[in-house]
Amino acid sequence: MSEKKDSTNRKSILDQDDMLANNRMSEKKHMIDKKEVYKRIKAAPCATGAKMQTQHGAACGLHCIRMKDIGVKVGKTTIIEHINLHIHCGKLTVIIGRNGAGKSTLIKAMLGEIKHEGTIEFKDMRNNSLSDLKIGYVPQHLNVEKNTPTSVYDMFASYISNVPVFLWKSKKVYKKVKEQLAMFKAEDLIDKKVCDLSGGELQRVLLSIACTPVPNLLLLDEPVSGIDRNGMELFYHNIENLKNNYDLAMILVSHDLEFVERYADYVILIDKTIIKEGAPKEVLSSKEFEEVFGSSRKAWV
Amino acid sequence: MDTIYRLMEAVLPYEFMQYNFMKNALIAVLIITPLFGILGTMIVNNKMAFFSDALGHSAFTGMAIGILLGISDTNLSMIVFAVVFALLLNRIKLKNSVSTDTIISVFSSLSTATGLVILSRGGNFSKYSALLVGDILSISPKEILFLLLIFVVTLLFWGLCFNKLHAMSLNSSLAKSKGVPIVLLDNIFVVLIALIVMLSIKWVGILIINALLILPAAAARNIAADMREYHLFSVIIAVFSGIAGLILSYYLSLATGPTIVMIAAVIFFLTFLIRTFVNE
Repeated sequence: MSEKKDSTNRKSILDQDDMLANNRMSEKKHMIDKKEVYKRIKAAPCATGAKMQTQHGAACGLHCIRMKDIGVKVGKTTIIEHINLHIHCGKLTVIIGRNGAGKSTLIKAMLGEIKHEGTIEFKDMRNNSLSDLKIGYVPQHLNVEKNTPTSVYDMFASYISNVPVFLWKSKKVYKKVKEQLAMFKAEDLIDKKVCDLSGGELQRVLLSIACTPVPNLLLLDEPVSGIDRNGMELFYHNIENLKNNYDLAMILVSHDLEFVERYADYVILIDKTIIKEGAPKEVLSSKEFEEVFGSSRKAWV
Repeated sequence: MDTIYRLMEAVLPYEFMQYNFMKNALIAVLIITPLFGILGTMIVNNKMAFFSDALGHSAFTGMAIGILLGISDTNLSMIVFAVVFALLLNRIKLKNSVSTDTIISVFSSLSTATGLVILSRGGNFSKYSALLVGDILSISPKEILFLLLIFVVTLLFWGLCFNKLHAMSLNSSLAKSKGVPIVLLDNIFVVLIALIVMLSIKWVGILIINALLILPAAAARNIAADMREYHLFSVIIAVFSGIAGLILSYYLSLATGPTIVMIAAVIFFLTFLIRTFVNE
């Protein structure tokens, strides 16, 4: 299967998918050697990477998100321009860049919160159809001050249900919230006030909100501060788990280059536009990276 | 209305209840205060205290425009102007997040000044000074009906959309990712505030209407642990201050609105003390 033309390549994926559909049930029971999968995904070029994954991981790899020529202008100022991204499910793509490089703007454009040029397509390669992209979002911080009378249940239920949280606590919703929180070992926090949570606890709660229901694309805006080392380890551990067990793509805006090196599948360095992209090692040792972060690299790690 | 009056006399056989204006005032208080208690929770959550204050001040211009146009019922012009004003402020707020308070302040001052200039033509302002402190004792059954209507609308809106409003107030991007129509809901919310403020401003008064919106929720916030307690305490505090203020002002011959606000303020400080005490 060394097709050069795009069309034949696509056909082969489809053929393979037919076969996979037949075997899907038995396939899911297989034990998966995840490390092996990652190595192969990293090594493989885009389309083949997707195929590999189907055979091994919970992420089917047959969904892809293609962003073409994303640009944002505020008045006459160009914040970001010509950003092209191609993301597959089961992959963690990390966006890095200095302050003000347009990372948050890119996230907001993907969320559809600000007007942008270009298109975002979500394609199912099994039948080559376009479908609506469900985006989950983990924000950097919340508008919650000390003393805000919002419990974790109140917050969670507000995002996932219509049972008015100011009137009563619905047993059904409560159970659902607890289950979802348990995914990230946060079920004990359900009756705590949101403003009393530690940075790491809040992030786990937000992660479970973003994953209810499981989105196609998870956007994570990593907090700059307020989370200790253990919290960070747990956070990346959770992300690994998500990647391994669910069918979704992830984009993380990160400020912690050490973790990037360890966990990312693909790294994108932006400064208004993409100036370097590739495997973590490749990007972190590039001259573009050196130019952006300079000697401060050592301070980061 | 007569049936309600007779019922009130039977249930509350007190001296102050023998006057119809007191009965009307009591009914009005029983509608306005829970309404303010409920809305206040979200206004405080969203840090919109300044916004609602500006909205109150726009009543001057609304009334002035009504008088200039020769409309007999200035309520109408006040409501229309307040709704436009609220939507405009909201748009500005969404556009640039940098110095919202300055912009609100500019518009608030401008609308106050414009209103005062027009209303004081020919040195006639004293005619309108009742608008400043309000007079709940002059409310008529027809106006009570309007209040009741907006009360029902608010309850419906709250029941259907509170979760979404709450989600937005925590983080609007997150709400957006969950499919909440944030701009639409935000606009409906400020229009609702505009309607309620305008319909009750003649009875409560421009100078203190904001206090009545903010104080019960701010007090409830000090002692509430979740959204249910927050709303419950806020409504209880608002209704209690309203009834106590009405009765107290009757016996001591005080202006009703300010008396209500003073009681609410005392409760705020009490809850503040409770909070400090509990935290230590």
